[in-house]
Amino acid sequence: MSIRFLHKILKNPTVLASGILGNSKDILERVHENGCGLMTLKSIGPEPRDGHKNPTVIDLGCGMINAVGLPSPGYLNMENEWEALENRNFPIIASVYGSSIDEYRKVAEYVSSKKPDFIEINISCPNSEKHGMIFGINRESSRDVVSAVKKVISVPLIVKLTPQAPDIADIARTCEDAGADAICAINTLGPGMVIDIESKRPVLSFKKGGLSGPMIKPVAVRCVFDIYKAVSIPIIGLGGITTGEDAVEMVMAGASLVGIGTAVRYRGIEVFQKVAGEMDDWLADHALSLTDIKGAAHNE
Amino acid sequence: MMTNPITDQKPVMLRVMEKKTENTGFATLFFEYSLPFRPGRFIMVWIPGLDEKPYTISLHDQDRFAVTIEAKGIFSKKALTLEKGDLIGIRGPFGNGFEIKPGQSAAVVAGGCGMAPLATLADHLPDITTFIHGARSKEFILFPGRFSVPREFCTDDGSLGHKGLVTDLLEKNIVLGKHFDMVYACGPEIMMYKVFELCETHGIPCQVSLERYMRCGFGVCGACVCGKQVVCKDGPVFHSRDLRKMKDFNTKALLKSGKEVDLSQYFSWRCQ
Repeated sequence: MSIRFLHKILKNPTVLASGILGNSKDILERVHENGCGLMTLKSIGPEPRDGHKNPTVIDLGCGMINAVGLPSPGYLNMENEWEALENRNFPIIASVYGSSIDEYRKVAEYVSSKKPDFIEINISCPNSEKHGMIFGINRESSRDVVSAVKKVISVPLIVKLTPQAPDIADIARTCEDAGADAICAINTLGPGMVIDIESKRPVLSFKKGGLSGPMIKPVAVRCVFDIYKAVSIPIIGLGGITTGEDAVEMVMAGASLVGIGTAVRYRGIEVFQKVAGEMDDWLADHALSLTDIKGAAHNE
Repeated sequence: MMTNPITDQKPVMLRVMEKKTENTGFATLFFEYSLPFRPGRFIMVWIPGLDEKPYTISLHDQDRFAVTIEAKGIFSKKALTLEKGDLIGIRGPFGNGFEIKPGQSAAVVAGGCGMAPLATLADHLPDITTFIHGARSKEFILFPGRFSVPREFCTDDGSLGHKGLVTDLLEKNIVLGKHFDMVYACGPEIMMYKVFELCETHGIPCQVSLERYMRCGFGVCGACVCGKQVVCKDGPVFHSRDLRKMKDFNTKALLKSGKEVDLSQYFSWRCQ
């Protein structure tokens, strides 16, 4: 089920979502060996950052809540990692975050020099005081950060959006106009909160956290549906995709590729080959191709 | 108090049933709860408002379990101020646990607080032929009088048993002709590496229990990767067949930021 995405041919439409297992070349290679078409590195920031104290990631059965808090060695402290990734035999997206346009620009410019296949800017993280989401909920700041980053990088730019935007389709269109090559939607939903009633404390140390997994899939599908109507650039659709049927649904909403994250919890690292295989089976059963079903839910 | 079942999902608050001071800097917290468990698996222990850390189960029977904690950092020192009746959050158990085959003749090799996961293993293993325990000095030997199999001791200062390393004792046993089908080890990573090397030389399979900084506990966040393995999910126990391919074993680990560093730098951070 190989598929073209911008300038790259991928072995299938599954994408490892940012923040999941993206910490080293070795583990990305294993994810690739387990059937993933395109792997996203853990978000890279301007400074060394530890992230929040634990608990940071909790399974709720219907999905997860997390506030890991954007840990990163800092973009200037990853030479060993880049060196290792230079000799990779799989495609990667480097995810980047910042707390100002200038930070996004300088991190993205540097990361671009390391030749990832794509750069994704995370303007949608709900789990930090000052990074990310604040840019992605507003049309002007989305436009400014996208056009600033686009000018300084030499690989295609993906913009990761938040479902908290009052009108995500409008933000997506703004990003396209500012030069984005693709949209990735959605980041985690929320923030939400879980309180332990015996200790009377929020369970996450950051108190609030983003929701992911099956419980957010309908929101993700709706967002991708809305974005597909508004833009002509390709969309990586993610949010709760656990099975091939979930992936087919996301493609029908308008996604070109399907991101997988929380499902690693429920189906293991093998989830990528399982989902890709199940998509193939579904398409074969229905005598359809991926192209046939892309955006199919928009047909009147 | 009615307790919800402890699962690998959100933490459940349990009351400390008993606290037992072990020896210099160690105490064991007991909980009245029947936990599904295999030796070598671990739980996440949450002190609300402070932090959450992985701990191995050091004692397990039908209606209770315990964790043994060494007062090292802010979290463990706080944990050891808890008293009977205090609440603490638990989720788990996580990880794979030791692979145990009945009828195998086994050596168990513990270094320092690496004794904790091996203690439940020793309780469950009928066929330990050699049980080695090394520590800084006599005062740091955990669980005196607990096991039916006598331990061979070694200490850094010679205050108990052999003055030297656990691998000295293991090698002596092998050279003297003792046969082992499996060696189980837990302790400082360099010690486990030396045990692994010794076992490889003599063609004996071994299993060791690794430690890395963890967040989720169930193989998603990637904080604890070691080579291609995810320590919290694929491990923490790794067999020789995994260790041979694991190039980060005894060499590299990730800091909390995700920065890859040499093991010495990692452990100096972990011991702060």
